[in-house]
Amino acid sequence: MTADSHGDAGLRTWLTHRLTLWQRIEAQVGRLGHGRNHSVDEANEAVTGYRALAHDLSMARRLLPESRITRYLESSYRRTHSLLTRPAHRFFTDLVGIIRDDVPAITRDLRVTLLVVTALFIASGAAGAWLVNYSPELASLFLPESAINDVESGKLWTDGALNIVPGSYLAISLFTNNITVAFTATVLGVIFGLGTFYIVVLNGLQLGGALAFTAQHGLGLRLVEWVIAHGPVELSTVCLASAAGVMLGESLIRPRLVTRLASFQAAVIRAAKYLALCVPLLVVCGLIEGNISTNPHIPFWARALIGGGYWIVAMGLVTGWIWRKRGVTPAVAP
Amino acid sequence: MDPADIDDGLKIRSVTGVDFTLPIAGIGGRGFAFLIDLHIRALGALLWVLLAQLVVSLAFSRTDRTVMLWVGLPASAIFFLYHPIIELLMGGRSPGKRIAGVRVIMRDGSPPGAGAILIRNVFRLLDSLPIGYWVGLIACFVTDRQVRVGDMAAGTLLIYDEGPTRESVDLLAVQGTAAGLSAAQAELLDDLLARWDSLEPAARLQIARQAILQFEPGATEESALVIGERDALRRLSALLRPVAAVTPT
Repeated sequence: MTADSHGDAGLRTWLTHRLTLWQRIEAQVGRLGHGRNHSVDEANEAVTGYRALAHDLSMARRLLPESRITRYLESSYRRTHSLLTRPAHRFFTDLVGIIRDDVPAITRDLRVTLLVVTALFIASGAAGAWLVNYSPELASLFLPESAINDVESGKLWTDGALNIVPGSYLAISLFTNNITVAFTATVLGVIFGLGTFYIVVLNGLQLGGALAFTAQHGLGLRLVEWVIAHGPVELSTVCLASAAGVMLGESLIRPRLVTRLASFQAAVIRAAKYLALCVPLLVVCGLIEGNISTNPHIPFWARALIGGGYWIVAMGLVTGWIWRKRGVTPAVAP
Repeated sequence: MDPADIDDGLKIRSVTGVDFTLPIAGIGGRGFAFLIDLHIRALGALLWVLLAQLVVSLAFSRTDRTVMLWVGLPASAIFFLYHPIIELLMGGRSPGKRIAGVRVIMRDGSPPGAGAILIRNVFRLLDSLPIGYWVGLIACFVTDRQVRVGDMAAGTLLIYDEGPTRESVDLLAVQGTAAGLSAAQAELLDDLLARWDSLEPAARLQIARQAILQFEPGATEESALVIGERDALRRLSALLRPVAAVTPT
């Protein structure tokens, strides 16, 4: 008997011996891949199986390179690795942690950016108002033709919105649009912050221009009446999302970590946490806009109360003030 | 992760010390998966519109308002929220990706969490600009891991997913039990039988005769020369699976 035939016989014995184990690990990985109610023993068994696969794969790579056995073991090993490194399912717990702890911390870091973005938004609004006051025909830059015709005939484009579409549909389409605007404001920050500035300036010009144009036709107060319930939080949220966008741009211009990509990814995670709060805020804004702002029977004072109250709650969430225990000062990092 | 790690794919370092490489999916695999998903969500939305219109027209006398609520909105949701919701539910995969044999992973080889999946989907807003995913396509062309901006942001990438096949498990059993054959010889015969139908008849018969001559105990050159195709196939199967000879279809 030659050394080769000894080797083959040994290899076959090894295969026969290990085959049952590999098949058992494969079945177990398949089982653990589904559902969440698995015991610690099962998890430990998977870890043991992973180690066994690593050992056998190492041996197969040496003895049977490029063989199907090795490819099979590679595949099983990768699947087991993927199973063991799978992140825990804690979506809602994580979400609560983000809104309670992370968002206020990010707000503290971004306070200067937030002020700059808000100032830019206000300045753009003022510029839009000045432009329309200076030259009323420029209103066509900020408002669609149908809205201009409505205002010139003495009514707002929002009048009778509930007669055209149901309030629930209106609310959903409004918050979908607002969320898209917020996401776009953040995502366009990738263009070194320029895309975000564009969105901020555009929104500011539109709001200022619309306010000035309606005021010229004696409808300014009615526009304020329509905006007051949902506008404060909606506009604040656009500023928050824009600040997150500026943060993305800054991470690319002035990376804080070793590489620009690593810095960008860290900024994206922080921006995403901010957006995690912006989304529910905008959903509620849409519901208010679709059901309260468009309802002509709700008086101004009630709208102002809702708008002001909601803004205080929103800012409480953004700054973390709402979670803070009375008389306890937050810890300051040394 | 240094650039050497991506020469032949993404090299993953394991705590066991046995590293492995994941093949990175290029624009082909990515585009194929996207096209399948695009058709699925478009067809899903269309199907919803047709069904809902039928139900609304049967159940309501006035349809102008209700159509918008029950027809348009869910159809838009199916089309636009398909990727984030399906990928969240399927752990970074979608029917299109499954068919194309690709899946999303993190850069360390682990499956993506909900946050990473949502981030890469939010960045579709940027990747889809200005039309037809041009930004995403250009990003895939110019990046070494062939990722779009959403993947860069979320720290994810697309790999080819090669799961173990039934055949490989069967082969393992054969390699362990085939009498008189080494594991390499068993694999060779298994390959020949697997490719039998795609080979030229004259060529496969010649290879089969050589294999029988070499591996079958007692086979002589003269007897091997007169073996017909059916007989060759039967004897090869018997060599590989002595208990129950299997003939490929």
